[in-house]
Amino acid sequence: MGNNSAFDVVIHKHDVIIVGAGGAGLRAALEASKVVNTAVISQVFPTRSHTVSAQGGIAASLSNMEPDSWLWHMFDTVKGSDYLGDQDAIEFMCRMAPEIVIELEHMGMPFSRIENGKIFQRKFGGHTKDFGKDAIQRTCAAADRTGHAMLHTLFEQCVKNQVVFYNEFFAIDLIMNEGHVVGVLAWDIVNGGFHIFHAKATMLATGGYGRCYKTTSNAHICTGDGLGMTLRAGLPVEDLEFVQFHPTGIYGVGNLITEGVRGEGGYLINKDGERFMKRYAPRVMDLASRDVVSRAMAEEIRNGRGCGPRGDYILLKLDHIGADVIHERLPGIWELAYVFAGIDCTKEPIPVVPTVHYCMGGIPTNYYAEVVVGNMETPETPVKGFYAAGECACVSVHGANRLGSNSLLDIMVFGKVGGHRMAEFAESLPEHVPLPENPGKNGIERVINLFNSNGKERMGPIWEELKESMDANCGVFRTEETLTKQKAIVDVLIRRFKNVGIDDKSKVYNLDLVETLELENMLEYSKAIVEGALARTESRGSHYRDDYPKRDDVNWLKHTLAYLEEDGSIRLDYKPVRLKPLTVEPFMPAERVY
Amino acid sequence: MAKTVTFIIFRYNPEKDKRPYYKEYKVEIRRPGMMVLDGLNQIRWEQDGTLAYRRSCREGVCGSDGLNINGVNMLSCITHIEDLKSPIVIQPLPSLPVIKDLVVDFTDFFNKYYIVKPYLITKTPPPSDRERLQSPEDRKKLDGLYECILCACCSTSCPSFWADPDYLGPAALLKAWRFIADSRDEGSDERLEIVNDRHGVWRCHTILNCIEACPKQLNPTEAIANLKKTIVQRKF
Repeated sequence: MGNNSAFDVVIHKHDVIIVGAGGAGLRAALEASKVVNTAVISQVFPTRSHTVSAQGGIAASLSNMEPDSWLWHMFDTVKGSDYLGDQDAIEFMCRMAPEIVIELEHMGMPFSRIENGKIFQRKFGGHTKDFGKDAIQRTCAAADRTGHAMLHTLFEQCVKNQVVFYNEFFAIDLIMNEGHVVGVLAWDIVNGGFHIFHAKATMLATGGYGRCYKTTSNAHICTGDGLGMTLRAGLPVEDLEFVQFHPTGIYGVGNLITEGVRGEGGYLINKDGERFMKRYAPRVMDLASRDVVSRAMAEEIRNGRGCGPRGDYILLKLDHIGADVIHERLPGIWELAYVFAGIDCTKEPIPVVPTVHYCMGGIPTNYYAEVVVGNMETPETPVKGFYAAGECACVSVHGANRLGSNSLLDIMVFGKVGGHRMAEFAESLPEHVPLPENPGKNGIERVINLFNSNGKERMGPIWEELKESMDANCGVFRTEETLTKQKAIVDVLIRRFKNVGIDDKSKVYNLDLVETLELENMLEYSKAIVEGALARTESRGSHYRDDYPKRDDVNWLKHTLAYLEEDGSIRLDYKPVRLKPLTVEPFMPAERVY
Repeated sequence: MAKTVTFIIFRYNPEKDKRPYYKEYKVEIRRPGMMVLDGLNQIRWEQDGTLAYRRSCREGVCGSDGLNINGVNMLSCITHIEDLKSPIVIQPLPSLPVIKDLVVDFTDFFNKYYIVKPYLITKTPPPSDRERLQSPEDRKKLDGLYECILCACCSTSCPSFWADPDYLGPAALLKAWRFIADSRDEGSDERLEIVNDRHGVWRCHTILNCIEACPKQLNPTEAIANLKKTIVQRKF
């Protein structure tokens, strides 16, 4: 090891390349592969992707349980987004939801059923009937293993349709030429070595960025690699400061307890046994949207009403809904509470805390999943050949706060549309846009430098400090003081990273190398999270500034864009919210009460 | 001084080791409820970055981290350190080729899964504007089957799977039954044809290791018994 010649670079050519094999990536692959030569690159075997952890369900106004309408769903989503969501995309998604769920059923997804044989639907936070009147049963579920059922069903369809996979390949950088994205550079984890995937259309479906925090429900692989790739290509990322804290992560470990628990009748209590949500959201209480519930919990804890010897958690009570319902509808939750908290939740409440769960921000796209660039003055235009879908994208259908069960919907809708759109685009191009000279040069050099580095720093300690400080300074409550402090910490960590080395110098299954490259991505976009949050002097959705506790529509009803400059600094820009829906009247910003 | 536990880990780097060896590490117990995966991460992030293993969801649903721990197959992410006898001996899943350290080559395992046609097969077109109907009773028949996470703990604990390189193994057979048991599926004939083979269901000798190994408490032996019964019933 130690010089360039030790590595070959293998070039593959496909019409469409999709990076990521979670729900969005597989749905896109199923669509694109019907028409053009399509391949999927994934860091893990597809069924290991984080979609597998989704529990509660997928929202769609099927009206199986009670009358519902996509317009109510749209209203809830816009309101849930704290009016930062783009209403054209939200209308598009909510209208398409019923058809998307039915398609999944037709593919074989094992949904739970009701007596008449139709798909079971449950209540979820922020989903209401008649524009906010009362909670509604809209979330289609396969017990509390909906993501597992979905991901396996999609993968099964990919097997049936003989979709091509490159499993355990780690994507390093986008490759651009003549203003087009023409593919990606990747590292073969199992064998070692560089691979260039040359494509007419490239989609990132690389998932969320929660692993830059310590208390998170996210899988180890949720390191937001697509954001680092996008930033390094000189393209913007959008609204990264909006990080969702799910109200019910298991205390001490962060594993998720689905909102479906509260949908089935569970509720939160403080140390006095009080159902405190009635003070914060009198109408729907524990089924208010996630930002509202998480903030209420954090408020209880900081006012000395938390539970336990240190008063630092809240209890989720569900024993009253009955062991039968728990075992029938929430079997996975019973298992998680038992394994991770040592609790039989049919008898005792589960200790929970707000936990980093979902990233509303991501790579800016329109509702065709095309990556777009624009700002307050210039209208959005697509970047040729570049697509993004799923949690790594920012369409934005979730705005400042996502509603539970809208994420599985998002990945299906925009995965499908993006796959279709890529196939059309690829067919319209007679030839591949050629690769640039020395394709992937920068990424290849970074990897070789790591192999050759004698740097004394290691990935582990830097990452530990990043995670802990992000929790402490960029969490549920933020102030100018904490964010300024965090900005300085991230800068120091980035400087330390310049002196990073790896223990493992081998090619085969070098996890040390992969995690170090992931950390590089995390450091780059953490800077964008913190600087976006520092600049945004208002409170909206998941972004809550103690020093600016009110939403400010006059100055801040706009999306943040962050660019990584050549010198490593972050440049912020903004673009308007697309308030105009496709066919209906807009929902204008109003006070949010649940 | 914090309490420590000893991990004895199987190590093998194909680029420099002639043969595998075992290496001892001390893992600090820093909070109650630490899992084996937490211990492996501690080693990698603080002591020895060269250790290789797979992991993703860290909550027992993605199936990445099946390992042989103190002689039994299990998932490192949902196995409590304190429930294990120390020292804790950690090896890759048995019978699959080792790529490096605790990472094995799943190619053969997945190829056997693909053979049983692991997807819904239908001949009747679905209704155009709504879901296919399925009664709650019919849906219940999939419980204990659809939850499989393809971790390979079952197949790699099965002596028949070790002995017969062509045996489909409990995971693939459970998957076959998951679809045959589905009231919506119309592919039973082709699947039964595939598993009705000396390297299919008839290779299962009800050793029951698979049941013990399954981290999701599924019962592949029962699924195989159902396949055998259905084959016999259809023949006679």
